[in-house]
Amino acid sequence: MTPKKNAQATSSGDVSLIRKMFSAQEFSIFLALLLIAAFITAVAPSFMSTRNLFLVSRQVSFLAIIAISELFVILTAGIDLSVGSVVGLSGVTTGIALAAGIHPVLAVLIGLATGAVTGVINGVLIAYVGVTPFIVTLGMLSMARGMVWILTKGWPITEIPPGFMVLGQGRVLGLPLPLLILAVVAVLAYIVLKYLPFGRRVYAIGGNERATELSGINVRRIKLMVYALSNILASITGIILVARFSSAQASVGETWELDAIAAAVIGGTSLAGGKGSVLGALIGAAIMGVIRNGLVLMKVSVYWQQFIIGMVIVLAAIIDILRNRRGRS
Amino acid sequence: MAPLVEMQEISKAFPGVQALSEVSLRVNTGEIVCVLGENGAGKSTLMKILSGVHQADSGKVFVDGTERQFKSTQEAYEFGISTVYQELNLCSNLTAMENIFIGREQRGAVGFISYSRMQKETEELFSTLGVDVQADVRVAKLGVAQQQMVEIAKALSFQARVIIMDEPTSSLTSREIDTLFTLMERLKKEGVGIIFISHKLSEVFRIADRVVVLRDGALAGERNTVETNEQELIGLMVGRDLGELFSQRQNKPGTDVVMELKELSGPPKLEDISFKLHKGEILGLSGLVGAGRTELAMLIMGAEKKTGGQIWLDGSPVEIRKPADAVQRGIGYVSEDRKQLALVLEMSVRENVTMAVHPRILNRFGFFDADKEKEVVQQFVNRLRIKISSQENVVESLSGGNQQKVVISKWLATEPKVLILDEPTRGIDVGAKAEVHRIITDLADHGVSILLISSELQEVLALSDRVLVLHEGRLKATLDRSEATQERIMSAALKEGR
Repeated sequence: MTPKKNAQATSSGDVSLIRKMFSAQEFSIFLALLLIAAFITAVAPSFMSTRNLFLVSRQVSFLAIIAISELFVILTAGIDLSVGSVVGLSGVTTGIALAAGIHPVLAVLIGLATGAVTGVINGVLIAYVGVTPFIVTLGMLSMARGMVWILTKGWPITEIPPGFMVLGQGRVLGLPLPLLILAVVAVLAYIVLKYLPFGRRVYAIGGNERATELSGINVRRIKLMVYALSNILASITGIILVARFSSAQASVGETWELDAIAAAVIGGTSLAGGKGSVLGALIGAAIMGVIRNGLVLMKVSVYWQQFIIGMVIVLAAIIDILRNRRGRS
Repeated sequence: MAPLVEMQEISKAFPGVQALSEVSLRVNTGEIVCVLGENGAGKSTLMKILSGVHQADSGKVFVDGTERQFKSTQEAYEFGISTVYQELNLCSNLTAMENIFIGREQRGAVGFISYSRMQKETEELFSTLGVDVQADVRVAKLGVAQQQMVEIAKALSFQARVIIMDEPTSSLTSREIDTLFTLMERLKKEGVGIIFISHKLSEVFRIADRVVVLRDGALAGERNTVETNEQELIGLMVGRDLGELFSQRQNKPGTDVVMELKELSGPPKLEDISFKLHKGEILGLSGLVGAGRTELAMLIMGAEKKTGGQIWLDGSPVEIRKPADAVQRGIGYVSEDRKQLALVLEMSVRENVTMAVHPRILNRFGFFDADKEKEVVQQFVNRLRIKISSQENVVESLSGGNQQKVVISKWLATEPKVLILDEPTRGIDVGAKAEVHRIITDLADHGVSILLISSELQEVLALSDRVLVLHEGRLKATLDRSEATQERIMSAALKEGR
């Protein structure tokens, strides 16, 4: 009775590759990114300079990693407001470890463990105690940021060994190292979502949690893992940022959770769960980063920047709805 | 006199499907017309055009002899056409009267909602309809049948002159159906035209004046109810003779006890449920809606916490704390509520079928093995004759019967020892129903033990080796096939106390 359509949630097998590429939701977002970049270049040609592209791609990398955090969480129809604070907190724990002269590898592990701990706390409260994700992660946003201030008393930690800074400032084949770290994270996330049962279950939970549970899938455990993963990814961003700034600062990551959520949503992730992709989140993060960078280059006032970013987010959501409407009728 | 509503040569195509071709339908004042057809025959599309959800590609709709075009459900409402959907559309957190007046709340002097006026009008409405529901009770507290009454009352409060009822009896017990039919007769006397969509032929003969049969989007025939019979209608629906719809099962179940419940109790009111399920046995579980049948299934699956008693599998007690434990021990549950509890609608047939067997379709590195997965799915697509153009079809786009086959496939893939089937043929057409029955008996013949929950007594009687009857959360009777009759089951299901 209703028209047959193919699953967009994950892969579809027998459609030709090119048609698939053009019909994919990611394609239209990618077009939008190109248009935005073209517009910025027309107004401010320096956008396309090697130096600027280097800076933009590095900046986008930090955001894109936590956009992937949000992707996983939002796919299960959840939300994680704590990633920005966890970026800050993991940076600080890593910084303290480095300042204390602990081996950099161990310091990185301490940073990752910080994210794992906050993430597991979030996950347990959400999946096993049953508190809503919004409240749990809002609480963690405040607690993690509070912990940052307690640990630093507001002072930056600057005793970072020079060798460590490669992580944030180095380049490989002319590309910023953070971009390569993002690439590894993104490829792994893509593989996990597409080829591992864990990923399929993440989509399934967002599509219909009750049905997934009744199919014998341990929904609670998956959710716990998703929230832990989300904060571990946030701590990766936090660690590279320490290397990038040569210091751990208390205010790093503030309100980043909102940019990360926006990036995921611009990239076509549905807040209702079950729909979204790594590629989409990456393009979404790129759009956010390019616009921010472009506004600076075009010498738009800081006050207007804030306004325009907000408008882009709402616009993206509207376009998504219109596109779905057209697809359905 | 012009008919109340007349649809002339309506055609409608969806991408890739001609859903309707030149179908005409007429409803006169005070007439009950039944629209029959297998799922996918075009019934719902036709009704959606009449109610303004879809627009026809060609063809005309007349109301009282004047041509009308509905671009929205709102416009159809304004011309007196209301629909009571299969899935009830009430807000369960609001009261009956709030639902009836939703969007056009009665206001008092200063613009605040006037509950007293709403209550008075609702009570008047209910009493003229003979609906036994309190105006200020929360809808969540009402049974399905009562919710339906509220919904019908709501339609009438819109001055509805034609009411479309989409399978209104699918979740009602026979007593509730009687009440519904009494209400329909009353509406008929008042001159309301009713379009009634049902799969149950016996109901058609009880209530309808005229029957319109659709097949593959076209009109297959139109009969006055008094001039036709079941065999003829089935013939029109399927385009072939089906023979006997319900065939008695021949095979004998084994004597090994596979699952045993010992005084199992749980929410909301299940108490001391004890029974044995043998290998290859089909154990019918009968009872009125609300007797606790689905709740018992949920308890066995570990979706609800038991408050007492034990479940034994293969001779030893087992702890089932969550559905994953049940599935791991070889228990499967085909839910009565496909859309809410069994399927991930936006996922593909492939992903839904393999949902419960991920470990079995992985390669040695723990990644999905696409070929293995396709093979598993194809096996069930063939075996259960699921009609799809590709494994990648989204289950949302399938007919009810095919969706149900996807759910059954999901559980068959787990090779269950015990399969709980909860209303396995609800809302699916005659052809698919016969197939599902064949699948069930086939499973039992292959040694799967089946707990069959069904509101259709004929179905229970035709398939079951033994029948359990639940009443108000307690087991009231266990009947062997030889002693089970519709009358005995119903009397046990209705029995108060012990």
